[in-house]
Amino acid sequence: MNGSGWLLVLIMLSSFVPGIIIFGLPEDRVRLRTTLNLCGSLIKIGLIVVLNVGIYLGYSYEIRLPLVAGMEVYLHADPLSALFTTLSSVLWLLTTIYAVGYLEDSPNRSHFFGYFSLCVTVTIGIALAGNLITFILFYEMLTLSTYPLIVHRGTPQSLRAGRNYLVYTLGGGALFFLAAAWLQVLTGPMDFGSDGFASHLVVEHGPLLSLLFVLLIAGVGVKAALVPLHGWLPQAMIAPAPVSALLHAVAVVKAGAFGIVRIVLDVYGLENMIVLGLLPLLTFVATLTILWGSFRALQQDDLKRRLAFSTISQISYIGLGISLADHRLALIGGLVHLVHQGIMKITLFFCAGNLAETLGVHRISEMRGIARRMPWTMGAFTVGALGMIGLPPTAGFVSKWFLGLGALSASNWVVVAVLMLSSLLNAAYFLPILITAWFDRPVGPWPDEKNFGRFETRLMLLCPPLLTAAVVLLIGVLAEAQISPLAWVRFIVEGYLP
Amino acid sequence: MPTVSASFWMVLPVVLPLAGGLLCFLWRQRSLWLPLAFALVNLIVVIRLTRLLLIQGPLHYQIGGWETPLGIVLVLDGPALLMLLLTALCGAGVTCYARGYFAYRISAQKQPGRHERQERFFWPLWLMLLAALNGLFLSGDIFNIYVTLELLSISAVALAALSGKPVAQLASFRYLLASLLGSLSYLLGIFFIYRSHGVLDLGLLRAVVEPGSSMTAGLVLMSCGLLLKSAAFPLHFWLPPAHANALAPVSAILSGLVIKGSLYLLFRFWFDTFASLISPAALNVIGMLGILAVFWGGILALLQQRLKLLVAYSTVSQVGYFLIAFPLAYHDATLSVWTAFLFMILAHGCAKVAMFMAAGTMYLHSGHDRMRDLHGIRLVMPLTVFAYGMAGVNLMGLPPSGGFVGKWLLLTGAFDDGQWWWSVAIMAGGLLAAAYVFRVMSPLFQAPVGASIFDGRPTPALLEWPPLVLSLIALLLGLFAPGIMALLTANGGAVISGGLP
Repeated sequence: MNGSGWLLVLIMLSSFVPGIIIFGLPEDRVRLRTTLNLCGSLIKIGLIVVLNVGIYLGYSYEIRLPLVAGMEVYLHADPLSALFTTLSSVLWLLTTIYAVGYLEDSPNRSHFFGYFSLCVTVTIGIALAGNLITFILFYEMLTLSTYPLIVHRGTPQSLRAGRNYLVYTLGGGALFFLAAAWLQVLTGPMDFGSDGFASHLVVEHGPLLSLLFVLLIAGVGVKAALVPLHGWLPQAMIAPAPVSALLHAVAVVKAGAFGIVRIVLDVYGLENMIVLGLLPLLTFVATLTILWGSFRALQQDDLKRRLAFSTISQISYIGLGISLADHRLALIGGLVHLVHQGIMKITLFFCAGNLAETLGVHRISEMRGIARRMPWTMGAFTVGALGMIGLPPTAGFVSKWFLGLGALSASNWVVVAVLMLSSLLNAAYFLPILITAWFDRPVGPWPDEKNFGRFETRLMLLCPPLLTAAVVLLIGVLAEAQISPLAWVRFIVEGYLP
Repeated sequence: MPTVSASFWMVLPVVLPLAGGLLCFLWRQRSLWLPLAFALVNLIVVIRLTRLLLIQGPLHYQIGGWETPLGIVLVLDGPALLMLLLTALCGAGVTCYARGYFAYRISAQKQPGRHERQERFFWPLWLMLLAALNGLFLSGDIFNIYVTLELLSISAVALAALSGKPVAQLASFRYLLASLLGSLSYLLGIFFIYRSHGVLDLGLLRAVVEPGSSMTAGLVLMSCGLLLKSAAFPLHFWLPPAHANALAPVSAILSGLVIKGSLYLLFRFWFDTFASLISPAALNVIGMLGILAVFWGGILALLQQRLKLLVAYSTVSQVGYFLIAFPLAYHDATLSVWTAFLFMILAHGCAKVAMFMAAGTMYLHSGHDRMRDLHGIRLVMPLTVFAYGMAGVNLMGLPPSGGFVGKWLLLTGAFDDGQWWWSVAIMAGGLLAAAYVFRVMSPLFQAPVGASIFDGRPTPALLEWPPLVLSLIALLLGLFAPGIMALLTANGGAVISGGLP
């Protein structure tokens, strides 16, 4: 059954058009800008609900624009892209609300929100890309549209962070582009979702295909912050909190992880991956990243930097799950973590932003007793942190449970050990924060306290983390419900491992 | 058989700007509307020609009804039309921009007399150059091409000298010498070819070309001349000072359009007219020169302190890309490499014009173009900085720009041929481009330090919109690909039209 491909175009336009209009708005049209943003994201969510229902009922949505021979822009929605679009657009709505509150009275907001909308548009483009060319198209555009956000403050540190970001991502992009061109010459133009390229190529070009796989993974691995390509992420923490949220949960890192999933499942295909023997390689990189990220997180005192290293570690759970993709449970665990990690991490970043914005607190050593001053924020933070550790009944528990079961069914004891060790490490760097926040006595005044009347902070800053924290609990408790990320992921996996 | 009206339209791109130039010269008053009208009419004529080409296929016109080999023939096929389109589009943009540019400088009340004089000379020269360039793309024989090349060089050199500063005069003097040497070499080449076969018409030549010493000598001489005029490494020495020290609209014209003329001819000669003479070794030499140019130009661009010099060196680097297309085109001198080459030319043309215009606007506002001191200018002229950035995306070859399409086609061509080593240079050059584009963007994004150092006057729309529109065209060129392909294949599948039908 065919749905209209124009639905996909509309989904992209719903953030693109507001973005373009916002670029032209004068600084002081706050109300109009906010209205545009919120309308855009609500329309987008509405359209995506339609898309999800359509996909579930078995409609297929696609639209093609051939450019030159062998080059075609192809948008296509499958269950996997629906997962990513839903995640991005819902989190975009929350981040926008948060950003409106966060950036009140700061300069250059038209620019900020304009690029913000562009970022989400191209992220949706990445999700809907139906072939490698289209994927590259949006993947590189994502690099360009996030750069102005990272350097938004215009300070020397942020410019340095931006430069680093570019060095990593453009370099990775170049590798990816090179490998994709080579692959296309070998395999011919290829759409995602066709179980990878023909298996006879594996016999003819085995080593070359392995090399190209490494290049492709290095290309997306930069954005997914795989060790040793992760250096830009902690530095980019200099950007405003909504941007961090965007980088870590909505767009950039997620796009990288999503790219890994696409390459393994749709470009190479599971069978070819197994024949080429490339899955253990991915397992190795993923476990290395998980452990290294956690170790480094332990050493950070700056809250946002600790969260950044935690992202590096957590995002590789997705890669880990994919690398055991021949085992259904592990694949489910990896894919569902795409959603769970996003919601948990965005909660943590919202909270960290609240602390910085309300009290001027940036370091963990300054957080003594902070929960007495901001109980709601720290409540949300606690839920997010417990989720990261993987305690029931949070969402994080669900993904780790499935990953663990998958590793067991693969009898891969190293992975089981890494999962356990990593949970310990997560606890080791999150629990001290919770303990000092809830149980220590505050010493002296806060570095830069602002008062917001009835609530502990601005309402627009408080609501988004509370909401996401509630969702973290909800999708953990109701994981087996009819409508939950887990249920949708099972639906996705049906397509790959029937 | 082309109708009378078709041939009539073909002559117009040459005749109209020429007439316009003369009128501007004779009409000593500052003729504000005249050049603009001519540039726009030129654009309309070219659009009309596009339609004719799509309907009728390649067009031929014998001037005065004289048949070859005696007469001169004008030929319009897909590639030529795309070049005309590029010229007309950028030409219209530059004309608008130059209007705003001179008006802004004259109204600044610093030496208004000098600026008025510059403007008076600018218009006739620019229209003359436009006529020469259009003539070059349309000409169907090598001697006529020589005439247009010469006219092109003279007007280009005069334009480069227009700023009147000593450094610009020295640079344009060098430019003049290089240009003349190039023309001389080209003329000598014609001499060899004419002596051996007695024909000048491209179509006839293609039919009679056979390997032989005098033919080869002729082609080598002509190619050297064209390489010198295109500033191919190591013959690029004249370009950066000449382009960087000219007035902003002139820099845009020189970098975006003028060097494209000789590059286009080179490609056309090597893969169409004289294709049977070309050996892989020669192509590899050109390709190697291309690689060296990409790196040399890129690294030097990275080292510059002045914005316009940086943009000028980036042109040297980009010329290298066009040369890398040569060895890749050898096995497959068909659609895909012609497409890649033309895509890169079109994208680079629009982008470079936009870039120089944007750089010129920044220069106007701040009175200098030292990159270190341009911080905060983004707040004063967001659209200009945005245009600069979008043009930069093109040079980096990131999607969806025309540069991206060109690069993709080159890469797949390289892998297809098994010549994968070119791909490394192609990608590394893209990264270098990214490095020097962002070297500029980074201070532009910096928050202003201290009081504003910029001229407080608002940027006129004429200075702001032409670069923006051109850079957006370049950026979205990839999406226009189906239309461009339709033009290239208007000849029933073959890209290049043969001689007379």
